[in-house]
Amino acid sequence: MVSIENLHKKFNKNVVLNGIDLSIIEGGIFAILGPNGSGKTTLIKSILGMVIPNKGTINVLGENIKNSSHYRHKIDYLPQIANFPSNLKVKELIKMIKDLRSHTNEDQRLIQLFKLAPFLDKKLGNLSGGTKQKVNLVLTFMFDSPLIILDEPTTGLDPIALIRLKDLIQTEKDKGKTILITSHIMSFVEEVSDEIVFILEGQIYFKGSILELKNKTNQSDFEHAIASILTNNHA
Amino acid sequence: MLKILKYSFFDLMRSRWSYVYFAFYLLLGIVLLFLNNDLSKAVITLMNVIIVLVPLIGTIFGVMYYYNSKEFTELLLAQPLKRSSIFLGQYLGVAISLSMSLILGLGIPFIAYGLFKSNAIWDFSLLLITGIFLTLIFTALAFNIALSNENKIRGFAYAILLWLFLAIIYDGIFLMSLILFEDYPLDKLSLIGTMLNPIDLSRTLILLKLDISALLGYTGAVFKKFFGTNLGLIISFIMLSLWVILPVLRITFKSKKKDF
Amino acid sequence: MNNFIQHIILFFSIVYCCSIYSQTINVCKDCPISSLKEAIAIAKDFDTILVKKGTYKEYNIIVDKPLIIIGKNYPVIDGELKGEIITVISDNVTVDGLFIINVGTSYTEDYAAIRIRKSKNFVVQNLVLEKLFFGIYLEKSRNGKVFHNKIIGEAIEEYNSGNGIQLWYCKNIEIEHNFVQHVRDGIYLEFSDDCLIKNNVSAENLRYGLHFMFSNNDIYQDNTFEKNGAGVAVMFSKKIKMLNNTFKENWGTASYGMLLKEINDAEILGNTFEENTIGINIEGSNRIVYKNNNFINNGWAIKVRGACYNNSFVENNFLYNSFDISYNSKVNDNVFDRNYWTNYTGYDLDKDGIGDVPYRPVKLFSYIVNRTPETIILLRSLFIDLIDFSEKVSPVFTPDNLLDNNPLIKRITW
Repeated sequence: MVSIENLHKKFNKNVVLNGIDLSIIEGGIFAILGPNGSGKTTLIKSILGMVIPNKGTINVLGENIKNSSHYRHKIDYLPQIANFPSNLKVKELIKMIKDLRSHTNEDQRLIQLFKLAPFLDKKLGNLSGGTKQKVNLVLTFMFDSPLIILDEPTTGLDPIALIRLKDLIQTEKDKGKTILITSHIMSFVEEVSDEIVFILEGQIYFKGSILELKNKTNQSDFEHAIASILTNNHA
Repeated sequence: MLKILKYSFFDLMRSRWSYVYFAFYLLLGIVLLFLNNDLSKAVITLMNVIIVLVPLIGTIFGVMYYYNSKEFTELLLAQPLKRSSIFLGQYLGVAISLSMSLILGLGIPFIAYGLFKSNAIWDFSLLLITGIFLTLIFTALAFNIALSNENKIRGFAYAILLWLFLAIIYDGIFLMSLILFEDYPLDKLSLIGTMLNPIDLSRTLILLKLDISALLGYTGAVFKKFFGTNLGLIISFIMLSLWVILPVLRITFKSKKKDF
Repeated sequence: MNNFIQHIILFFSIVYCCSIYSQTINVCKDCPISSLKEAIAIAKDFDTILVKKGTYKEYNIIVDKPLIIIGKNYPVIDGELKGEIITVISDNVTVDGLFIINVGTSYTEDYAAIRIRKSKNFVVQNLVLEKLFFGIYLEKSRNGKVFHNKIIGEAIEEYNSGNGIQLWYCKNIEIEHNFVQHVRDGIYLEFSDDCLIKNNVSAENLRYGLHFMFSNNDIYQDNTFEKNGAGVAVMFSKKIKMLNNTFKENWGTASYGMLLKEINDAEILGNTFEENTIGINIEGSNRIVYKNNNFINNGWAIKVRGACYNNSFVENNFLYNSFDISYNSKVNDNVFDRNYWTNYTGYDLDKDGIGDVPYRPVKLFSYIVNRTPETIILLRSLFIDLIDFSEKVSPVFTPDNLLDNNPLIKRITW
């Protein structure tokens, strides 16, 4: 699905990705974890073509993504901080994204799911953070792409919306899609993900299931397992 | 690109700054024409305003729009769209909406005053064309500055410095060097100096219309050829177009290399 | 009383005799008399020679007796480039309605289409002159009239072309309704006094539309001078009246609507200077009154090049000139008052029609341009506006007392 070879990226002199090799098979939920500044977002953005790597190749669905934009038709991406043009109405934004990508009717269902109907005629600038995130989710999930990338999807969501989100992720997985998630909420990660990719100092430190991680670190609790990686490496 | 252009344009058409800008020109046009009742004088005053204000607004607005729509840009970048279409679309959106404010803001009072019946229509059209060129140029320059500077405050500072430099400081240095080297033949140098600054270039275009009598008082043969024939007009337009094309090319080039 | 009656009798007898005895001689190709020269030879004093339509190849025609020569339907007198065509040396001659072409060109003699030499009471009218060297040349003549002639030259270089209408040591001549173009000087007066030049159009001449040298007490009014090489030059003359003329589109390095050099006690009233590189260029001219003139769209409305004293500029309109006044010195002895300046940016709070702050018509920038002409390219730059403003606040380079203390708020009409 996604294969990355020897990926390097530095911002000025700051090395962020330092030779990442990663291959993600089709189907399943992959959580990309790591401490702040470890390069998670940079990795995701590299896959999306938003960050141009210094070295290395990325293939998405068998296609080298360099200088290409077409492959993004096959990716749904949920950005981390959703700051939309504040003059636009919710309705218009949804219409616009549909206009830019392709037609879909899925948005109606999602709007109902997240109870966004009362906000459709409001301007995006006047929405709360949580509502914006819901709009963000609608925009992501309304297309039916084989690869879904979610950057901190839980930000600002209330418990009900969170449950809806989990259901949504599960449904997509059941359709056989590949889902990449980054999150700081370990419980969320533990609950939804099939496999963990742990990035540390620009390299893949660990890749495998949660169980494997627990065994490796000799911790029974996922959160502690993560913490132990960090303390061991930083001590 | 056209879709991005459309959305940026409508986004800006809804922003109150577009209206402020539009209202400013509308008011200026009305005051100049209906309180003064002197079309020629109005055109001259407008020229002074346009040459200074359009670049300022173009740079500030361009930089502001770029920084304010950064997250929106990122949203677009994740969509299956070419980078160049995104940035050129946004750039054109800003430039066109600013130009619209200018054209409508000044056009309405002038038409109401009876522009079509007067022979000032050419001067006025030239003024608008120059204004549009300046908008295109300075918005492009602003996008260049913003693309090269992640730091918003630094970007604004550079934008204002750029304006200050091209609108005032450049001419100061220009004048000083002309006076310093007055013993040498200077007509080529002075024309080249003019070509290198889009504000001076637009000023020259307008001088060709308003002050041709004075310009022809100078002896230099190159000068004479430049101002006495259509050569000056043609070269000025070519240079203005270059001043649009080069920064726009740099936008596409820079945007391809940039990380978000 | 007796003497007076004698005079009257004498007068009537002359009129009587001449109206009885003067006859008309017809000239045409098939007539017994087929050339102008023959006609003049057989004519008696005060006869009328009627030249019918046709082409007459003649030159060196000397008119040595008082005659009236009239062309019917513009007969062509073709000089075939051999020399001067008509020379009048008698008083009381009228030449009317001829089409004179192909005057000879010479570097030693000023051949003219028609020359009036030492003659009185002549009339030259309704002539059309083409392919000429000099057009109408008046020499030591007086009390004559040059009326409604059309002179169209083909001058290319100054050194081998002549003037349209030239006056040399003449007095009391009226030059009216003539149309002169493409010669060296349209109308040229040298040592000629008390002349009236009225309603002429002088355009596209190589050098000057009108040129005065050492001529006093002349009036020129209601003329139009357009697109001449350098404009109109008035030099070394006294008491000239220049009224209601139009000076237009004299463009170029050394071009002006009007050049005044060593002119004293002149009056310049009601003229329009439009789109000239320099409206009026003044050198060494004193006690001149400029009133009710329009200066429109000139590069420099008025350029003062020193040694000008006691001139007054009152109630003129200065409209959209790139520069209103330019001085090359710091001294000013001229008065500017009650003019209307479009470049004036003051206000009139007491609504008396006069601006509340004085107007300073000389800009620092005009001083800079005088010094380094290339800087003209910075005209209307914001930077220039700034330095002009600072100079306005505290004059350093421009005459301190050069102010219009009563700048008018509205354009003056008269």
